[in-house]
Amino acid sequence: MVDVAKLRQIAPPRRPFSIRSLPGFTAIAIVCFVLLYAPLLPLVVYSFNAGTSLAFWEGFSLRWYVAAWENDSVQDATILSLIIAVTAAVTATTLATMAALGTTRTKPYKGLTAIYAMINQPLMVPEIVTAVALLILFASIKAATNYHGLAYLIAAHTAFCIPFAYLPIRARLEGMDLSLETAAADLYATPWRTFRRVTLPLLWPGILAGAMLAFVISLDDVVITEFVKSAGQDTLPTYMLGQLRRAITPEVNAISSVLLAVSVVMVTIFFFLNRRMR
Amino acid sequence: MSAHDQTVGLDTGLKKDQAGATAETARRAEVRGNVLLTAPALIVLFCCASGPLLIMLVYSFLTAGDYGGIIWGLSGDGWSNVFMQRDIFDDTLSIADAHISIFWRSLKLSVLTTVVALIFGFPTAYFIATRPLKTRNLWLFLITIPFWTNLLIRTFAIVEVIRNQGVINTALLSFGLIDEPYQILFTDFAIMVGMTYVYLPLMVLPIYASMEKFDFRLVEAGYDLYATKMKVLRRIILPLAKPGIVAGSILVFIPSLGAYVTPRLLGGGKNMMLGNLIELQFGQGRNWPLGAALSFTLLLIVMAALIIYVRGVGKSDGQHG
Repeated sequence: MVDVAKLRQIAPPRRPFSIRSLPGFTAIAIVCFVLLYAPLLPLVVYSFNAGTSLAFWEGFSLRWYVAAWENDSVQDATILSLIIAVTAAVTATTLATMAALGTTRTKPYKGLTAIYAMINQPLMVPEIVTAVALLILFASIKAATNYHGLAYLIAAHTAFCIPFAYLPIRARLEGMDLSLETAAADLYATPWRTFRRVTLPLLWPGILAGAMLAFVISLDDVVITEFVKSAGQDTLPTYMLGQLRRAITPEVNAISSVLLAVSVVMVTIFFFLNRRMR
Repeated sequence: MSAHDQTVGLDTGLKKDQAGATAETARRAEVRGNVLLTAPALIVLFCCASGPLLIMLVYSFLTAGDYGGIIWGLSGDGWSNVFMQRDIFDDTLSIADAHISIFWRSLKLSVLTTVVALIFGFPTAYFIATRPLKTRNLWLFLITIPFWTNLLIRTFAIVEVIRNQGVINTALLSFGLIDEPYQILFTDFAIMVGMTYVYLPLMVLPIYASMEKFDFRLVEAGYDLYATKMKVLRRIILPLAKPGIVAGSILVFIPSLGAYVTPRLLGGGKNMMLGNLIELQFGQGRNWPLGAALSFTLLLIVMAALIIYVRGVGKSDGQHG
């Protein structure tokens, strides 16, 4: 018998030639991951700073979180952001589900390409262009009706959330087995009953993923909100944009860190949903 | 609709053309149902996406009002002001240098951003695609988090790092490497770094998607035929990843060209990009027709990029089946 351990000592095994690895690629990838997260680190760390500086550490404290929590403008902006995001996400997801049902699993009909183009338009057109176009339209409606309510923001957010909600729902529908619905119809279920008892439960993960994506997109929007909002209608991002022009305190870091945490939680849920869908 | 199919199937005694007519009616009913289902989404999109663009097109041909808004009267000034300017005193037209330099900066920075994002993004996507299935999801997760994080927050994080009292300058000063803060913020370089940082996930994800189901037997065959690593990369991997590379480049290029928040925070007032120039016309500039014309110019550049994209992907599909 050959003593493998001794042999290894004398001649350590050469690294096998890996067909998958390319020189330098792993190094660049690691650098890339580090660079993606490195700037977020001071952002979160200084949100816990006891002092007012964003560069000198003066001890741990939650004072900026308390300050943000007790700030009336932040409270109002948070509530407004949530109202808009929830309304827009629910509406957009409902409309997108209907649109997905109407555009998948069917023989291509006339106008289908035009429909795809319309649904995906908010993804193609730069946000600033949509924003100023909406400003023009809503400015004349505001002048004519003297209504300055939330409807403008909700309508605008619903529109640009539709493609984000549509994509996962459509992907889910396309991967679904038609035979279950055919079976339900064969057993004399009405189309509505078939939809409610067979299609909808199967489609649910896709709808949920679409709704979450729409919610996050609406919550994060800066540009369109900035141009469409009437006076006093600041959402959290537009409030922060306004603050960034002034002297910055760690309060902005605290708000950012909370929003960052929300994103992380959302991605985690989204990931598990996606896994279950496969 | 399947109930309908059944009836059609049962009525075998019917004449052929009659069955054909029933199938045709059924098909029409199906299409009508589908259109009705899609209509509400399309109405909302028309009111808040496509419709406003049409109104803006009309506005670009109207006369600017003195205090913003428009006056109802046809005028070509909106469009001619995109690249030309009229002298206030003698009414002569000359080339608008300020606009040209903003267009040039936007194009230059967007192309640079796309190239740098590709240089970092391609190896990263390749790295993720070659991980074992178990850990692959973790890496994907790490790319997806920034993608889902507020763009404003990520831009703000970059500001914090590079500003004069920021992390980099404070560190360099305290180590005595520099005597006074090194100005990075409010430069073109800062905008480029910021946009690359913000849009990098948009490059990685499509390239990963195109590499995910990559058949490494092709690479093995290449090595068996004595190809070098460089040759395998150039002749096998890159051509097969091309659809992803093109898609990623478009996804980075378009938002870079229309970027508004990132140049505003990182470029300051002087280093404007197209998005900021457009905003200016609706704010202090009070020239809505010019703003509308500038928006359409931006839209035309984006459309040109999209057409190149569609052609490019179509071509590569033809080559590799």
